[in-house]
Amino acid sequence: MVTGTVAGAPSGEPHTDDAPGAALLSLRGASKTFGPVIALADGTIDIRPGEIHALVGENGAGKSTLVKILAGVHAPDGGEFVVNGEPVSFRTPADSKAAGISVIYQEPTLFPDLSVAENIFIGRQPKGAAGLISRGEMRRQARALFDTLGVPIDPDRIAEGLSIADQQIIEIAKAISLDANVLVMDEPTAALSGVEVERLFGVARGLRDKGTGILFISHRFDEVFALCDRITVMRDGRYIAVHTTADVTVPQIVREMVGRDVDALYPKEDAVIGDTVLRVEGLGRAGVFQNISFEVRSGEIVGLAGLVGAGRTEVARAIFGIDRYDTGQVTLHGKALKPHSPQAAIEAGIGFVPEDRRKQGLVMDLSVAKNATLTLRNRLARFGLISGSRETSAANDWSGRLRVKTGSQQYSVSTLSGGNQQKVVLAKWLATEPTLLIVDEPTRGIDVGTKAEVHRLISDLAGRGIAIIMISSELPEVLGMADRILVMHEGRITAELPRAEATAELVMHAATSSEGTSTTSATLETSR
Amino acid sequence: MSAARGIRPTAPSSTGLSAIGSFFRAREIPVAGALVALIIVTTLVNPRFLSPQSVKDLMLNATIVIILAVGQALVIITRNVDLSIGSILGLVAFGTGTLFDVAPGLPIPLVFLAGMVFGAALGAINGALVTAAKVPALVITLGTMYIFRGVLTSWAGSKQYFSGDNPPEFGALSVDTFFGVPIITLVALVVVIAVGVFMHAVRSGRDLYAIGSDPDAARLFGISVSKRVLAAFVASGALTGLAGVLYTSRYNSVGALTGTGLELDVVAAVVVGGVAISGGTGTVVGAAIGAILLSTITSSLTATRVDKFWQQAIVGVLILSAIIIDRIVSARTARKLRVNEARDV
Repeated sequence: MVTGTVAGAPSGEPHTDDAPGAALLSLRGASKTFGPVIALADGTIDIRPGEIHALVGENGAGKSTLVKILAGVHAPDGGEFVVNGEPVSFRTPADSKAAGISVIYQEPTLFPDLSVAENIFIGRQPKGAAGLISRGEMRRQARALFDTLGVPIDPDRIAEGLSIADQQIIEIAKAISLDANVLVMDEPTAALSGVEVERLFGVARGLRDKGTGILFISHRFDEVFALCDRITVMRDGRYIAVHTTADVTVPQIVREMVGRDVDALYPKEDAVIGDTVLRVEGLGRAGVFQNISFEVRSGEIVGLAGLVGAGRTEVARAIFGIDRYDTGQVTLHGKALKPHSPQAAIEAGIGFVPEDRRKQGLVMDLSVAKNATLTLRNRLARFGLISGSRETSAANDWSGRLRVKTGSQQYSVSTLSGGNQQKVVLAKWLATEPTLLIVDEPTRGIDVGTKAEVHRLISDLAGRGIAIIMISSELPEVLGMADRILVMHEGRITAELPRAEATAELVMHAATSSEGTSTTSATLETSR
Repeated sequence: MSAARGIRPTAPSSTGLSAIGSFFRAREIPVAGALVALIIVTTLVNPRFLSPQSVKDLMLNATIVIILAVGQALVIITRNVDLSIGSILGLVAFGTGTLFDVAPGLPIPLVFLAGMVFGAALGAINGALVTAAKVPALVITLGTMYIFRGVLTSWAGSKQYFSGDNPPEFGALSVDTFFGVPIITLVALVVVIAVGVFMHAVRSGRDLYAIGSDPDAARLFGISVSKRVLAAFVASGALTGLAGVLYTSRYNSVGALTGTGLELDVVAAVVVGGVAISGGTGTVVGAAIGAILLSTITSSLTATRVDKFWQQAIVGVLILSAIIIDRIVSARTARKLRVNEARDV
């Protein structure tokens, strides 16, 4: 049972405040790569019995990968993993569950067609006569669980149609009924209201007092500090530090989370900022975002920062007309833009480079030429048929300008690297000569070299007078590229920062806390 | 802490009412209702429709489709499909004829066992391909449908086995009755009850629903998805094998074309019986009722002298209405979900 003596962590700084004792679970120097992408370089954490341990870090810091290693979804490529004093290597989620680890994912993973009670007990339903499942007993146990949690959910109803909060509660009920030693909660509060959060905390503290070790992942510092005993900080796939909550402050944690140099990788050149191109007034969609108002001028790059799920992509999709909005108005060059019509948006001069280029931006099996000219079909057609030679020449024109590296315009897009795929998507939209370009996470999953190229491209486009909205979860990218940064938190704009005033700490704060909380926010301009 | 955040009103839960509600929401009820209405209307038009002989024929006609539908339901509930069952049935039926030919004294239970093992083996091929290749079952079983049929065609050639070639007590299974119910229909009844109980009240049966409801969640939850899906295909194959043996007992002849096109009738019966083609919901009882409904419609339209063409069109309308009802129900729940979530922010 002595896990504190695991000798010499293979990489990263060793824990200094590590009391040698019985950690329930201890991961040292775990690494995981997916192709060329290093998702986790040094995953290090230990969870002791009877503690609530927070794991914090920016988007992409490797938290989710670490969770998936604990859950047995991914096998680590390297590092040590010890549970209850025994080295383990999980091959399936079932192995992890058998070792007493229970994971609640960010997205609840319920079976929509099964009843609530069955969702809790699937695979271990209580048995009655003749070894058959006793639904009465299952219902009784589910109801008892909900009573301890203080929620009135009908165990017989199917899971489909439950609110996210209720789904989350069911996941928790499931974890409790499993009697797990270690409970991992990946952003469990993201969709919960204040009362529900308090109830969840009550449950978590109760479990802790019974000796369960809890790993709590959250972006909300107020919650982390209110609930957790220790905090582990990660950045860029690496373990940075572990602190006892009482000995540390929010600014210190934020510094460790973002603490890297914002260097010259992000060369936004100064462009002439002209007239207002886009004006968004009071945009709202029930349950998604509220009261979104801002402007973008020609030649300006407006960065939209915030955490995953803050509603940034949803706002972009509403502007472009993919999704409906309930309130507000979008004006382009002084003219009202027809809502819910991507066709109208394209005709008015908006281009949209989506977050998931594989699913939404490209037709992977079509050729480079066909993809690059997809938005031009009507213009290239003669008598309703698309001319192949005109298609190729239009594609050559744009991919040449963007320096897309491909053997031939006729190769299928799936053969290109991520960066070059992104350039094809850009080419596709530039061919329509937009006056406003929305780019959503333009460099996600792109290697560092090509990243700089994409950045230069975007900067170049701004130089030509195109107004650009750039959604990005990478702080250095936003800070380096944007003339102005809008920060969103839970469907609202919580800060607007001009380039000169923006710092990583300010953005991070506005992204993680509801308006007007704590410490350094004194200098935040909150936009209304 | 942010005490200012909104307090979400919790939806009142009404357990008593929801039990009644879920009974009427159950997908089997409208199908069973349609079946009863069909029988009543047909009998009003043609009173001979409910004569003892006619009822016996109705049951005999439904028997084989019922067994096939139960097997198919197992597979469809896991979000897969088996299009090769017509060919499997043909192979097993012809195999049964051959068995009686080469080993005339073989005990009949052994023949049943052989047929089910043969069917299970063919189902295992399907299951192994589907779980290993990660190609949709629709494509895999479309392929094996042609392969199995090809094997049968080259095996049987122009040879046919007739009911006269089989032992008389084997053919008697489809003639003799027990309290008015043909023996082979009793077999089907036992199958429906056994599989129904398994799917309702045995853990591995419930796993099949979980897999069909959300395969990724099932995997995350630690359910061995491949193993279960393979087992569903094997079970479906075994049941198809059973149906194949019964087919040889029931019908006059078996040959290279036996069972051709049956797969679509069976998928239709399952879908009409309330098993969602996208998996996760429905019951084998529903699938069985769907099978009875479809085979009864054919008899009923004949009894009321409706043109053959209309018989097929009506089956088509039934399938479409089953699917449309399904879509409306799920669109309604999706809307409810969105409204619920809106309340949370």
